[in-house]
Amino acid sequence: MNGPFYINGWIGEEASLIFALVIGIAFGFFLERAGLGSAKKLAAQFYGTDMTVFKMMFTAIITAMIGLFWFDLFGWMDLELVYLTPTFIIPQLIGGLVFGVGFIIGGYCPGTSCVAGATGSLDGWMNILGMLSGILIFGELYPILERFYSSTPMGEITLVDYFGLPSGIMLFILVTVALVGFWASGKIESKTTGGGG
Amino acid sequence: MLTRILNKRENPDAYWSPYICGIGLGLVLLTTFMVMGRGIGASGAMTSVVAVGVDSVTPLHAEANEFYKGYLGDGTVSPLKDWLVFEVIGVLIGGFISGLLAGRTKKKVEMGPTMTINRRFFFAFTGGVIMAFGTKLARGCTSGQALTGGALMNVGSWVFMLSLFAGAYLMAWFVRRLWI
Repeated sequence: MNGPFYINGWIGEEASLIFALVIGIAFGFFLERAGLGSAKKLAAQFYGTDMTVFKMMFTAIITAMIGLFWFDLFGWMDLELVYLTPTFIIPQLIGGLVFGVGFIIGGYCPGTSCVAGATGSLDGWMNILGMLSGILIFGELYPILERFYSSTPMGEITLVDYFGLPSGIMLFILVTVALVGFWASGKIESKTTGGGG
Repeated sequence: MLTRILNKRENPDAYWSPYICGIGLGLVLLTTFMVMGRGIGASGAMTSVVAVGVDSVTPLHAEANEFYKGYLGDGTVSPLKDWLVFEVIGVLIGGFISGLLAGRTKKKVEMGPTMTINRRFFFAFTGGVIMAFGTKLARGCTSGQALTGGALMNVGSWVFMLSLFAGAYLMAWFVRRLWI
């Protein structure tokens, strides 16, 4: 029985939706456990006083990345079948900058605003309302934004394809970068909070 | 036990280590890849809600727009019977359960010491509008792009992730009064 199960027809539509609910519950649980339902904790990332966002995000990324590498190597899962969002480099670069600006102004990202709202933060609900409005505005402006949105396409491309490195080497580089980042995060926190952090 | 849980405690439990939570989230993500052949998300579910809203008010207008059409499907099933919509409902439930167990569920507004509630609401809303633009331009948010695409070593996701940190760090100084 090889993965991905859904794509290989091992589980059906209804089961996939129940699975979605379960995955969402686990996702929300871990976000809240780490404190990412708190706008002040999220914002503190960008003032150097609490690096939880970076630490959790990159731990999650390298955990899943290492798992995918082994699953692929053992032949448990066909990585080719996993959906990869196509790259449109300039809209994604600009989108990231705009997203970052909105993040520090609003204090949440889409997933964490849901966790904040669910634990009673009224500002979390205001942020969700803002996002729904922003999506509506984007949708209405889509006919004029479409050209930019679809510009600089690079297709489905990974860092392994782009740099032409073996995936094991790429994995090693990214894990090393993350570990150096974790070490640096600890240094920054102990500087800004006067030790202990 | 139950009263202990349901009490909005003065001193809620400490947060768990970001590394433990990160490993937990990473395994959730890995399981999603294995079972579904796709990753997790958040903003996509909100887009489905908006597309359905527009479609129910002015169906012709929604049909004429490629952006909404992409989220409305072919009309054979409800666009809300969608993987990401169910997942985000789960996020709300999971966040609530965790908050409840830790004594962190209470009505509150989070803001810096010099802010007023009205100003905080204004900025929370405005930040949401701006973020929605970023997420739609980039074809995903911190969940669908940074986490999911990050783990898949997707080029566009890594560019998005680096520029989102850059954007937030560059802006942080200008809006420091919101938080510190």
